[in-house]
Amino acid sequence: MAEYKVQSEVFEGPLDLLLYLVKKEEVDIYEVNLTKIATQFIEYIEVMRELDLEMAGEFLVMASTLMYIKSRELLPVDQQAQTEGEEEEADPRWELIRRLVEYKKFKDAAARLQQREAEQENVFPRLPARVEFESANPPPRPAVSLFDLINAVAGVLKRHQQREAARDIFEDKWTVSEKIELLRQLVADRPVLKFSDLFEQTTSRTEVVVTFLALLELIRLKQVVVSQPAPFNEIEIRRATTVTAPAPEFGNRAAQPELPSPQST
Amino acid sequence: MDLKFILEAVLFSAQKPLSPAELREVLGSAAEHADAARAFKKAKLDELNAALEQLAREHELARRSYRLVCVAGSWQFVSQPEYAPWLKALVGEKIRPPRLSQPALETLAIIAYRQPLTRAEIEQIRGVSVDGVLQTLLERALIEQVGRAEVIGRPMTYGTTPLFLEYFGLRSLEDLPAADELRRVPLPKPESLVTVEPGLATAPPEQLALAQIEEKKPTADSSATENAE
Repeated sequence: MAEYKVQSEVFEGPLDLLLYLVKKEEVDIYEVNLTKIATQFIEYIEVMRELDLEMAGEFLVMASTLMYIKSRELLPVDQQAQTEGEEEEADPRWELIRRLVEYKKFKDAAARLQQREAEQENVFPRLPARVEFESANPPPRPAVSLFDLINAVAGVLKRHQQREAARDIFEDKWTVSEKIELLRQLVADRPVLKFSDLFEQTTSRTEVVVTFLALLELIRLKQVVVSQPAPFNEIEIRRATTVTAPAPEFGNRAAQPELPSPQST
Repeated sequence: MDLKFILEAVLFSAQKPLSPAELREVLGSAAEHADAARAFKKAKLDELNAALEQLAREHELARRSYRLVCVAGSWQFVSQPEYAPWLKALVGEKIRPPRLSQPALETLAIIAYRQPLTRAEIEQIRGVSVDGVLQTLLERALIEQVGRAEVIGRPMTYGTTPLFLEYFGLRSLEDLPAADELRRVPLPKPESLVTVEPGLATAPPEQLALAQIEEKKPTADSSATENAE
């Protein structure tokens, strides 16, 4: 019964079982005695059948190949059946060994991949928090007037007018509050947003107008600031730096530096 | 200032792995804003790659607790695996899908080295059906359908995805161990095979071509051992 423990190991396939048998023989694949291996292979199949292990049809195909090889070995060369036309048919032993060696190489490659897989679980990438530079004196940027903004949006609207002519009719589904949320996210993700970025995805004049109203609202709430790096450059939108949460906290602490904590006494 | 140190600083602060092309963009936009950065505005990709390689080598030599690696074409700093116990205590276990099964790994290895190839070709090598395994690998996005083979029935061909490289921490497919050996080199066939002991045969000894086998044996032996290595 001790034998069964090893034999009931689940093999991936017939080649896997063959490799196992070759390994047990402790000989090189190229020098293995296939006749002996064939006998062992069939024994294993019988045990597997007895144990009611599910056996793939491939095992039986392999068994028949092995039996064929074995039967050939038993016949002297001059009595072997020759396939017509071919002066020498492909040696089935060689074909089998070639497949075994190839399979073995990929099995080894799989083992190396497995090793890397385990190793990768222990490798941690550096994921720093976003670096925020508190610029003490922001470079002077020309302020943008309401007229500049309207001028810019007029340009966008003009483009849409040309596009508008041939367009399917959609229900207007944009609201200012939605666009405000979207804008907030955009400026949170990116340090600088170009004015044209806002309208890249817009599909209609209404959407342009709603987006623009959202921008105006955020400027009024001092959540974003708009600037123009140089005359005739594109207008840039960025997050206003004053609304970050930690700032007032620091202020409070500075104002009451003597406040003793209850545990300290 | 040295290009490699600029790249080091950028990668040190980067939120995600960066490719040489992305690093070049950073150099370009830095040059627009700061005079000091102008010297590196026109850095070529070759120069970037060389600087990154050198930087990685220097980190390796310094034997620090972290290293600079290139995974799927993008560079990032990662910790050395031996410090995992402490990092796990700090940030918790990494969220990773369950490990791959043996059949899945074998199938994946075959696809990785021989891509693009069809299901039939994979089964030819593994000697067993790979239906379920292929499905798992597709679902995990480690492989994908890359085209169709120009044979009867035009079957799908499969290849690995960038996620495959990321999952195994590989720089590229060239980085696969023993890549050149496993790609498409056919095995050399030895002159003759000595896979059977003549004594095993049950046919009358006089009918066995014993002399023939013995003649060939020495040469076959030597060529066989050579091939095995």
